[in-house]
Amino acid sequence: MSTSPEQPVLQVRKLSVDFPHKDGAFHAIESLNFDLLPGKTTCFVGESGSGKSVTARAIMNIVDPAIITQGSVTIIDRESQNSLELTSLDTDSEEIRAVRGARIAMIFQEPMSSLSPVHTIGQQIVEAILLHQDVNETEARKRAIEALKAVHIHSPERAVDRYPFEYSGGMRQRAMIAMAIACEPDILIADEPTTALDVTTQAEILLLIRELQRKRGMSVMFITHDMGVVAEIADDVAVMLNGRIVEHGPVDQIFHAPKHPYTRKLIDASLGLEQAAARPVPPRPDKPLIQIDDIRLQFGGHKSWFSKTVYGAVVALESVSLSLWPGEILGIVGESGSGKTSLGRVLMGRYKPVSGSAIYTDRQGRERDLTQAASFRDKQVYREIRMIFQDPYSSLNPRMTVEQIIAEPLRINGLASGNELRERVANLLERVGLSASMMERYPHAFSGGQRQRIGIARAIALEPRVIIADESTSALDGSVRAQILDLLLDLRDELGLSIIFIAHDIGVVRYLCDRVAVMHRGRVVETGLAHQVCDAPVDSYTQRLISAVPRPDPRQRGLRSA
Amino acid sequence: MNSTIMTEAAADLPEDSSTVRGTLAGTESQWQLIRRRFRQHRMARVSLYILILFAFCAVFANFLAPKDPLKVQARYTYAPPQGLHFIDRDENGDWSFRPHVYGYKVEVEPEALRRVFVIDPSKKIYLNWFVEGHEYKLLGLFPSNIHLFGPERKRDPLYLLGSDRLGRDMLSRLLLGTRISLSVGIVGVVLSLFFGVLIGGLAGFYGGWFDAVTQRTIEFLRSLPTIPLWMALASAMPSDWSPLRVYFVITLILSLLGWTELARVVRGRFLALKDEDYVAAALYDGASHIRVVMRHMVPAFTSHIITAASLAIPGMILAETALSFLGLGLQSPVVSWGVLLQEAQNIRVLATAPWLLAPGLAIVIAVLAMNFVGDGLRDAADPYAR
Repeated sequence: MSTSPEQPVLQVRKLSVDFPHKDGAFHAIESLNFDLLPGKTTCFVGESGSGKSVTARAIMNIVDPAIITQGSVTIIDRESQNSLELTSLDTDSEEIRAVRGARIAMIFQEPMSSLSPVHTIGQQIVEAILLHQDVNETEARKRAIEALKAVHIHSPERAVDRYPFEYSGGMRQRAMIAMAIACEPDILIADEPTTALDVTTQAEILLLIRELQRKRGMSVMFITHDMGVVAEIADDVAVMLNGRIVEHGPVDQIFHAPKHPYTRKLIDASLGLEQAAARPVPPRPDKPLIQIDDIRLQFGGHKSWFSKTVYGAVVALESVSLSLWPGEILGIVGESGSGKTSLGRVLMGRYKPVSGSAIYTDRQGRERDLTQAASFRDKQVYREIRMIFQDPYSSLNPRMTVEQIIAEPLRINGLASGNELRERVANLLERVGLSASMMERYPHAFSGGQRQRIGIARAIALEPRVIIADESTSALDGSVRAQILDLLLDLRDELGLSIIFIAHDIGVVRYLCDRVAVMHRGRVVETGLAHQVCDAPVDSYTQRLISAVPRPDPRQRGLRSA
Repeated sequence: MNSTIMTEAAADLPEDSSTVRGTLAGTESQWQLIRRRFRQHRMARVSLYILILFAFCAVFANFLAPKDPLKVQARYTYAPPQGLHFIDRDENGDWSFRPHVYGYKVEVEPEALRRVFVIDPSKKIYLNWFVEGHEYKLLGLFPSNIHLFGPERKRDPLYLLGSDRLGRDMLSRLLLGTRISLSVGIVGVVLSLFFGVLIGGLAGFYGGWFDAVTQRTIEFLRSLPTIPLWMALASAMPSDWSPLRVYFVITLILSLLGWTELARVVRGRFLALKDEDYVAAALYDGASHIRVVMRHMVPAFTSHIITAASLAIPGMILAETALSFLGLGLQSPVVSWGVLLQEAQNIRVLATAPWLLAPGLAIVIAVLAMNFVGDGLRDAADPYAR
């Protein structure tokens, strides 16, 4: 990349940032060297904690409480060729504030927390413009509307006076981008801007960033952990590991001729999901394990004393019918708000649907309707249907040791005690790939992946027949996610489990599931074998969903070029 | 399987290394973490020592008090505090370690023609350890007449903090008042804690109409002006009640409003915890509601309750003081800091006997110390918060 004849807009040399610590310092990033070129997108990839975000903040010289220990960040004006070194400036000086926002703009992962909830979108963009450009308020407002138009927000004249809460997640991210580009920066730093968004929205935002970049010749520094996104938009890629750039090069070279073993690992982890072969369909017995029929679930709609009047019910599920066959993994995919999590909770007896039934055939062959509270009374359903949660941090009680956490279901159901209990916990820990010696530790001593293993151990402790996994891998990094998925597959074969896997990630579902149900606005729009639905979707919504998933191969870019 | 663990641990190292380093491989329990964090809070630690000292004084008040706190000594009214001296010089000019105070002589102030006590250095009153004095019951059980220290001769005056209108020893009265004032605070908070946790817990866990009703009740109770309410309730007490009965009714009145705050804290914690995945996990384990509450939810906020309670005690103490100061709370012969301060209501008295304000100083120190300890506990309370 340094052979490129073009003049870079930003040069980073030997940049190091330390987090001072009581005993010594933690090196967040160490002697980074890279250039950002105009009109080019450089993607920074790496797993959480690799120093990607710290790098972005170091460029803006806002790393407090950390300190930049050495190195330089030089921004070069495209017309005048004047260069300015940023790290030596005072973090609150006039000069650096003139650079932030005006010449280097930044967008973040969580647009809601970066926008002020008490000001309209327009006021916030106008403020950014007034800070950096010598115009009056009417002119600034005009520019704000133009910026909103540039990010394709409908009727920008009216949208400009709305508050952030009136915007959807994707619109908020657009508004953030509008704010970022309002001052026509040379460099746009995007820190995981699409991680919190659904795939279809993500595709729109990625397209938008590329379109704006082409039009304005901006240089984009794009931070992500999703190799699919990288393949889709990058010109150059920098792979980060433990605060260092371990490999840096053009996107095609990174994906098709990776040199560093870590790069290879990242790409394999994303390709592994992609290249799963279609699995043989297990033979079907005559009766499904769970038969969900015509379920309708709504929230609110009733009035209670004293509390706020509810104006109308929100329908979360509408005529949902599905069946789970013994031994299969059924994926349920959909965007946020599609009702997939609500469906899981209906099956666990947490929500009671207005109508419909979910007949579960238990071990003794008795039929139980999971929509009736009475089915849960003797706890047998809880022993046979278990849940794995999304967030590995909040699903384990921080005040209990791992031993107590895994032993809890056994103890409650009176299945084991004393030494036998301890032994069973040790076996369970080893079964999910952890060491039995970790029993006495508390959950905070474990990483996300290890915590999710503990959650799985708790789920299989009662030798269940069905596991409902609600977004159980979405909080994990790529390679850890692949390990957890393989563990689930192993356990399925070994324990003869049936799994309902709720996810928004098509890649994961395609890799893990036998059959897939696609949900959209509370309805099931398509059901079928996983590879059929993923490769040849029939429903138009599924088609849109599948085509929005970025492929981890730069030679197969799916987004239409603007 | 082993290799997967290795790679996973390696990949997550930068994220987790700091937590692991700090906690000895993560085997410390919640209380160990809290204790360590609390120890780092210097003000709270010092305050805790002060409170322990106060509590010690309260428990052994009779033993520590050199004089009978209730005994009227008409000969020594408004006697000023005597200075305590440790080094004694006898007639030969030899030095020896012998604690003593000087006696008083009476002078008549020429302008006001008032009798005043003046320290008389010629009269030395030697102090001894473990002297015999007035009768009392140690811990309310063991009759005794031994006191930590006192004058060599039982009848000599000893007023380290001066005396009051009736010649009673302020130091002894202050020590005895510590017992009443601290116990009013603690008993009152324990009572409010009981109602607060019970009502707040039910409201938070079950919600619905019960929650709505308790919330509105709490809002109503909190909208009442406290001092007039207490005054009304206290003045409704029959004057012929025994001091002990008055004492209990007063604590009950104080906790009548105290529980509302604690109920809100508890309800808030319950509401927040109900949505935690690990609570849902416990329900899906088939745990009963009682078990979910006792084993998974209560441990998560005991520390918060302790904090809220330790911050509520000073409020109770101040309320008791205010009531007693106004003459509506505890009555003589029961001695509390507020009762003692009643003596200091008159500005003219204060001008001649400023040492009557000593209980005020004790209140300030106790309340500040409790607030610091409460702060320290709050900071240490959630070892998992950043």
